[in-house]
Amino acid sequence: MRLVPALSMALAALMLASLTVGAANVDLRGIFRDPQAMLVLLESRLPRTLAVTLTGAALSVAGVLIQVLVRNRFVGPDTSGTAEGAALGLLAITILAPTSALWLRMGAAALGAMATTALFVTVIRRLPPREVMLVPIAGLVLSGVLGAVVTFIGWQTDLMQYVGAWLYSGEFSGVIAGRYELLWIAGLAAGLAWLAADRFVILALGQQVATGLGLSTAAVMRLGLLVVSVVTAMVVTTVGMIPFVGLVVPNLVSRIMGDNLRASLPVVALAGALLVLACDLIGRLAIHPYELPAGLILGVLGAGLFLWLLHKRPSHG
Amino acid sequence: MIQIEGVSHHIGTAQILRDISTSLPEGRLTALIGPNGAGKSTLLRLIGRLEPLQAGRITVDEHDVARCPTGCLARVMAILGQQTAIASRLRLSELVGFGRWPHHQGRPSADDHARVAEALDAFALTPLAGRFLDEVSGGQAQRAHIAMAFAQDTPWLLLDEPLNNLDMSHARALMVRLRGLVADGGRSVAMVVHEINYAAAWADHVVAMKDGRIFATGAPAEVLTEEVLSALYDASIRVGQHHGRPLVLHHA
Ligand SMILES: Nc1ncnc2c1ncn2[C@@H]1O[C@H](COP(=O)(O)OP(=O)(O)O)[C@@H](O)[C@H]1O
Ligand SMILES: [Mg+2]
Repeated sequence: MRLVPALSMALAALMLASLTVGAANVDLRGIFRDPQAMLVLLESRLPRTLAVTLTGAALSVAGVLIQVLVRNRFVGPDTSGTAEGAALGLLAITILAPTSALWLRMGAAALGAMATTALFVTVIRRLPPREVMLVPIAGLVLSGVLGAVVTFIGWQTDLMQYVGAWLYSGEFSGVIAGRYELLWIAGLAAGLAWLAADRFVILALGQQVATGLGLSTAAVMRLGLLVVSVVTAMVVTTVGMIPFVGLVVPNLVSRIMGDNLRASLPVVALAGALLVLACDLIGRLAIHPYELPAGLILGVLGAGLFLWLLHKRPSHG
Repeated sequence: MIQIEGVSHHIGTAQILRDISTSLPEGRLTALIGPNGAGKSTLLRLIGRLEPLQAGRITVDEHDVARCPTGCLARVMAILGQQTAIASRLRLSELVGFGRWPHHQGRPSADDHARVAEALDAFALTPLAGRFLDEVSGGQAQRAHIAMAFAQDTPWLLLDEPLNNLDMSHARALMVRLRGLVADGGRSVAMVVHEINYAAAWADHVVAMKDGRIFATGAPAEVLTEEVLSALYDASIRVGQHHGRPLVLHHA
């Protein structure tokens, strides 16, 4: 596909731009003669750029997977109770063991995300498959209820500040070296999904076709659940949930190149990275030298893109 | 041979199949006929292990469908269900390509590609190969699903009402293709047919079902008679002859 090189080049360009934009002025041309600029670049700009890229790519791939798991295009990891589950896990570990190590917190977030996503998938798989619009509604309701539980516990335990950072203000301004590396795990998990791309396509074809082709769907579903949960948990833990990417990007790519995931997952990942990076850049430039959260820009842009998607008929040809 | 012994099936409190025992001969084209709701699809789904077996035993070429790993069975039989609607946006060539998955598990060889091309060609889909499933007609999508089962290249082919949505010429082309598989390829086909004259014209063996039971089995000339069909469908049905085969007349 020519899409991959085109998107790769666009992403490289935006990543370069992301390295230079910020409160402090960094000139990439003189970077090796300027230790101060080098420090800013390595400690802040590069980690931030990588964090944004990894988040966008991994969340988009997670979006494809949750859509496969519930066989519905109108859900994403932000409307499946996944992020709220991760926040519940984080709350639990923060309350029970406030000084716990990072890997423990990460594990708690992933476990929480897995539990609530499994709940969502189980509920949906029991619905009659024709009830297309029930699925996103059920997801929104579940996310809403879980979000309310998280908020309630947050109030009671004086942890509202954390809850806000996890769920309601996805942004990258706090990213510095040493505080974003968990996102590599999210990227890795998304890569793992690509290795099983064919299996996910067969899973999406339905139980009947999957059985006919000799695929045991349970193992594939568990893998999908694991990837969605780990990706979301890492994002929630490090930068806070970013809305809409996981919903919009898979839909856009499916419109253009279909659902053969072996070919389309790389495009999904690139497009997701590109979209979130663009939003982060807009957020940094809009009221320079101050910043708007990328999640906010994405909320607006994502909603617009999604409405456009709903109205545009798939192209024939 | 497919051996079915003492198979019963319930959904909730409703008994769908009652103690079915029969066999489907190897190297033959078997037609399953019977009124709506007789249990034909259920029986085919049980053979194809799309539904777990509740009581009884089914073996396909000596493979017990309840015991054999599903991946192994996928190289023994290909099954096309009655409901084929899928939500994925796949190109026809990609869908048919997945028929080869039981053989290569994600690493298609040149042989796999050749067989996909052959299957597309066999069902006149080559010009449509690059189209998405939601961009073709119902009959074209149906042919793509049949081509996918065909590409799976298994000794047994189980098809539930494959003629659905097909026009007369494509329906006949499919029957010719299936006959060829049986006569020249040594394969075995079991299919649910709604239009009884397709069974009359092309089948070697007929299994008639009614109310979850086997009503009659045998060669078309034995089963497709006025007495059997009239009792099977609870309607008076005339049967004539055409080129030495039964011809069922609906308008008598
Ligand atoms: N999910 C279900 N719940 C209850 N009854 C069902 C269900 N699916 C099928 N049936 C019943 O099982 C019987 C056999 O169905 P089926 O095997 O599809 O018949 P056929 O293919 O011969 O038309 C029918 O009476 C049908 O109403
Ligand atoms: Mg049926």
